[in-house]
Amino acid sequence: MAQQTPLFDTHVAAGARMVDFAGWDMPVNYGSQIEEHHAVRRDAGMFDVSHMLGLDLEGAGAKAFLRGLVANDVAKLSEPGKALYSCMLNEQGGVIDDLIIYYLSDTSYRIVVNAGTADKDVAWMQARLAASGLSATLAVRRDLAMIAVQGPNARSKTWAALPGSEAASAGLKVFQAAAWGDFFIARTGYTGEDGFELTLPVDQAASTWAALVAAGVKPCGLGARDTLRLEAGMALYGNDMDENVSPLDAGLAWTVDFKDASRDFVGKAALVTNGASKQVLGLILEDKGILRSHQQVFTATGEGETTSGTFSPTLEKSIALARLPLGVAVGDAVEVDIRGKRLKARVVKPPFARNGKAMI
Amino acid sequence: MSNPTDLRYTASHEWVRVEADGTLTIGITNHAQEALGDVVFLELPEAGRVVAKEEAIAVIESVKAASDIYAPVAGEIIASNDAAVDAPESVNADAYAAWLFKLKPANAADVDALLDAAGYEATLG
Repeated sequence: MAQQTPLFDTHVAAGARMVDFAGWDMPVNYGSQIEEHHAVRRDAGMFDVSHMLGLDLEGAGAKAFLRGLVANDVAKLSEPGKALYSCMLNEQGGVIDDLIIYYLSDTSYRIVVNAGTADKDVAWMQARLAASGLSATLAVRRDLAMIAVQGPNARSKTWAALPGSEAASAGLKVFQAAAWGDFFIARTGYTGEDGFELTLPVDQAASTWAALVAAGVKPCGLGARDTLRLEAGMALYGNDMDENVSPLDAGLAWTVDFKDASRDFVGKAALVTNGASKQVLGLILEDKGILRSHQQVFTATGEGETTSGTFSPTLEKSIALARLPLGVAVGDAVEVDIRGKRLKARVVKPPFARNGKAMI
Repeated sequence: MSNPTDLRYTASHEWVRVEADGTLTIGITNHAQEALGDVVFLELPEAGRVVAKEEAIAVIESVKAASDIYAPVAGEIIASNDAAVDAPESVNADAYAAWLFKLKPANAADVDALLDAAGYEATLG
């Protein structure tokens, strides 16, 4: 039996097509996925992301614990509400999950992890915490719902839907959050557009969703969420990286912080020893067809693999993220095996689209 | 949208129209296009290809995923719909108007084994 978010009944009543995603019954679309995609690039759309899990880490040892737990360095956070994207690695340098950490104070952090990895993440964190001897507690917040409102008009429509929220959130910089009553408003997202991710009490989810609909925010499913994040060049856990892939091979070197040589974190030794053996670049298919994940890529310097592929509604072409040999360069012509045929593709630098515009 | 009662169906979601000359016109059902979502690419068989019953002979790709389309009976492909290839979204707009290929059955009686509309709807549960 799949789990349901607090908005399940709302989605069903709106005619959403529901699918199983990581053990959750989630809307994949409410009609046309392409229309939902364009709504986010051009106006404002929203996603129920309540399947993701919020965690609160609190205590005198919280900062030291996180500095050892994840590959990015929370020590660079000092402004309340500031967010940090990071991978949490195993000892082999593989990615257990990618997550967002919000700094509230040196003794208080909000962490948001993926749905499919939530149970193993919590178990891993609790075990590391117990072993560390540091003083901190980790609280699981299944009492919270999350709604991502995204698009060029997302912020203004959120303010129209939630009177009083503007004063609390108008001054937020990108990747920063603030509390507003029971709400936590973050200027973050997973689409390549401006907008907010709202965290709120479960019992206010349906009324908030309805107010956003009334303000002209279009409900969007996980289908559009995937095409938007892929156009924006953002990695999806399980597709673009997993426990057997290092962030250095997954295009996520920018999230690994080696600056403080005295800081150790889980997986650091493996990353230092192994370095990068692959790079992640974009592909645009020049022949007809659709790129999908885990198709073989043939380049002049060896073979690679697509990790995510789809049809890009913005470019009206098929695009992919691909893990390729280090010798491959932007502009190279490559071939991709699609159902036994080798089709021509061109190597590009992601993102493919952001802020309403094609970037390629 | 209900499934037209003058068509035959397969459990793999193809519809089949028996033309006056005994040839078959084939597409995918409304249920199939709804499940696939926005269709963005079609790869259809070429005329002259001889196909076996339930052979995967075409591919339909939505934004979400790729799916095979199967020959409902054995026979020879006599045409495919270039207009649908050029406008894959026409399958979403009207799955029963956007035919995909035409087939001359090896044995006209094979069509009798296909589902009728009620039988097809029963497979959808």
